[in-house]
Amino acid sequence: MSEIKEVMFNSDRLATDEYLVNMGPQHPSTHGVLRMLVKLEGEKVLNIQPHIGYIHSGIEKMCEAISYPQIIHLTDRMDYLSAHMNNEAVALCVENALQVEVPERVKYIRTIMDELARLASHQLWWCVMGMDLGALTTFFYGLRDREMILDIFEETCGARLTVNYNLPGGVMFDIHPNFQKRVKDFVTYFRTKLPEYDQLLSGNVIFRERTEGIGHLSLADAIAYGVTGPSGRASGFSNDLRKHQPYSAYPLVKFNEIIDHRCDTLARYEVRMKEMYESLSIIEQLIDNIPEGDYAVKMKSVIKLPEGEFYQRVETARGEFGVYIVSDGKKNPYRVKFRSPGFSNLFALNKMAKGHKIADLVAIMSTLDLVIPDIDR
Amino acid sequence: MGFNFYDFTALTHNIHVGLVEGFSPFMATTLEWVIVGTAYLLFVALFGLLLVYAERKVCAAFQQRLGPMRVGYWGLLQTIADFIKLLMKELIMPRKADRFLYNLAPFIVIIASFLAIAVIPFAPGLQSLDFDIGLFYLTSVSSVGVIGILLAGWSSNNKYSLIGAMRSGAQILSYELSVSLSLLTMIVFAGSMQFSTIVEGQRDGWYLFTGHIPSLVAFIVFLIAGTAETNRGPFDLAEAESELTAGFHTEYSGIKFAFFFLAEYINLFIISAVAATVFLGGWMPLHFGHLEAFNHAMDVIPPLVWFFLKVFGVIFIIMWFKWTFPRLRVDQILTLEWKYLLPINLINILLMAFIVLTKFHF
Repeated sequence: MSEIKEVMFNSDRLATDEYLVNMGPQHPSTHGVLRMLVKLEGEKVLNIQPHIGYIHSGIEKMCEAISYPQIIHLTDRMDYLSAHMNNEAVALCVENALQVEVPERVKYIRTIMDELARLASHQLWWCVMGMDLGALTTFFYGLRDREMILDIFEETCGARLTVNYNLPGGVMFDIHPNFQKRVKDFVTYFRTKLPEYDQLLSGNVIFRERTEGIGHLSLADAIAYGVTGPSGRASGFSNDLRKHQPYSAYPLVKFNEIIDHRCDTLARYEVRMKEMYESLSIIEQLIDNIPEGDYAVKMKSVIKLPEGEFYQRVETARGEFGVYIVSDGKKNPYRVKFRSPGFSNLFALNKMAKGHKIADLVAIMSTLDLVIPDIDR
Repeated sequence: MGFNFYDFTALTHNIHVGLVEGFSPFMATTLEWVIVGTAYLLFVALFGLLLVYAERKVCAAFQQRLGPMRVGYWGLLQTIADFIKLLMKELIMPRKADRFLYNLAPFIVIIASFLAIAVIPFAPGLQSLDFDIGLFYLTSVSSVGVIGILLAGWSSNNKYSLIGAMRSGAQILSYELSVSLSLLTMIVFAGSMQFSTIVEGQRDGWYLFTGHIPSLVAFIVFLIAGTAETNRGPFDLAEAESELTAGFHTEYSGIKFAFFFLAEYINLFIISAVAATVFLGGWMPLHFGHLEAFNHAMDVIPPLVWFFLKVFGVIFIIMWFKWTFPRLRVDQILTLEWKYLLPINLINILLMAFIVLTKFHF
């Protein structure tokens, strides 16, 4: 008996210990090959150390060897869910460097495609958000509606995911004759389906319990970590580049920048849900007014940028995506740097998830909407 | 040896008498064991496969797809094909696993399910164990399974498995209380723990209807706690796919994995069968006190069909939970049990005792 007491109260044999768990690179909730070293005490998360680079493909270095139109085709391999926005960032950067003014028609088409891509990305995010929280049915509801957007992409430019639709100076082909009708059909259809999303997941009492007050990211931290996009806006960080540095047709449309000051997982969820309505409204404003004209301006067959440094930012579905090109006047850039939103967002994860449970870590990671090739590049 | 689809008592009795007359007492008992054991094994294997198929079809219906369609008509043979695949798979064991416990764990889990199924009354005379502490026996053997789960998590030498097993342990131990207390409420009402008495007591109306509010509350609590007991969504923390890959059975493959898988579905059947028996009258047809014509019409449907209709009804509700709700967090699960279900249950049992004492029931 005394020996048992000895063990129970005096020895450290029964003492609890912190332990490390490797989440990833093969783990269902990291949605790719992200590896996180998670320090746990029981179920409580003490520290998270993300290890990246498992799908590093050296895109920035490859860009130094290829011409500008070719760079566009590499960019949609990074954040494949915002492929069109990534393409557009490079196209805009080259156009600005050469001071080419693209036709109005191109601007409209690009903006509509941007918003469709944003919708598709948010739909997929909603699918996996539900799945990460254990509501497996959301996945099929989201994919059902996303399919319609991908079909529109396929009809317009032949590809469904990595669209490669942009070129310096315009887009690759004119829109398909069906394009306007199909997009309008989709917008009407999806407006009826969004409330269904809310019924299935947003209003669920378990979902509310799981997300409210979880993963607090203060405004100061959001700015310090450079958390942009919907994740940043849910912390009250007004950073929508479509508003602050409008490009393409964004100056012509009216829409709200969704900002939430609650800073938690639920806020990040609701910002994205509301953004879908805004995207629908932007598409509605543009789709009937696409002006006639060329779908691209004639560019030289070999594009050479003047010597200097050029930077262009766009708002992807995940946040601020930047292209920084240093040119020495040749047909290929001297150095290219991409500012990917996922990279900055990922490293705020530790700040948010510390002190919560493992299940919360998964939920928080899900609201950051990570795309791993976007982080690793 | 006439076969009566409405009452199996004569059939089972005749078999027993035939065996005793034809063989020595020892041989007769042994043969009876073999026959009953084989019948249960067959039932568990086939019904398990059927439940897997049903789950996939129900899930598909919720998710706007068709589910398995290719193997057999409407995919009916899909689960059999899956089972053959699992049988042929290599058994992989982690090198540093505790060999003995690792191999023992799946058997404990499946044996617990087998033990529990023995007291379920399928139809009149179709029940192998009918003794006076039937419900008590059922709650005690069904909680043996958690030992298997804990062993599986511990012996796999995997942190995910261990976390899953610990979650499962905490969860099952807590919800065992609610299951037992809600059953206790009904025992107070029925005045017996014997299954045959409980079923017989519902001849004039199911306990769900005759027991007023307390039995309705007990039914709801039992459904929630039963879902948690079987480790199914939204309480599937132990194998939370998005958090712990596969929880306690991460390291199991082939037929050992199939044991866990099968045990989960058999537990689902047991929970539904208990709910059907205690609250919905088991094999007893739907009767209302003095509507003689209606009662006779209901009697035409055989008891076995009644039993399985009720069981599938409850199973469908539990599947409905899984495919609609997100998963709860571990602390929320314990809060739900200790802060809400347990006090509700305790008050409920008092209320039931009051109702029984004042004879304020139908």
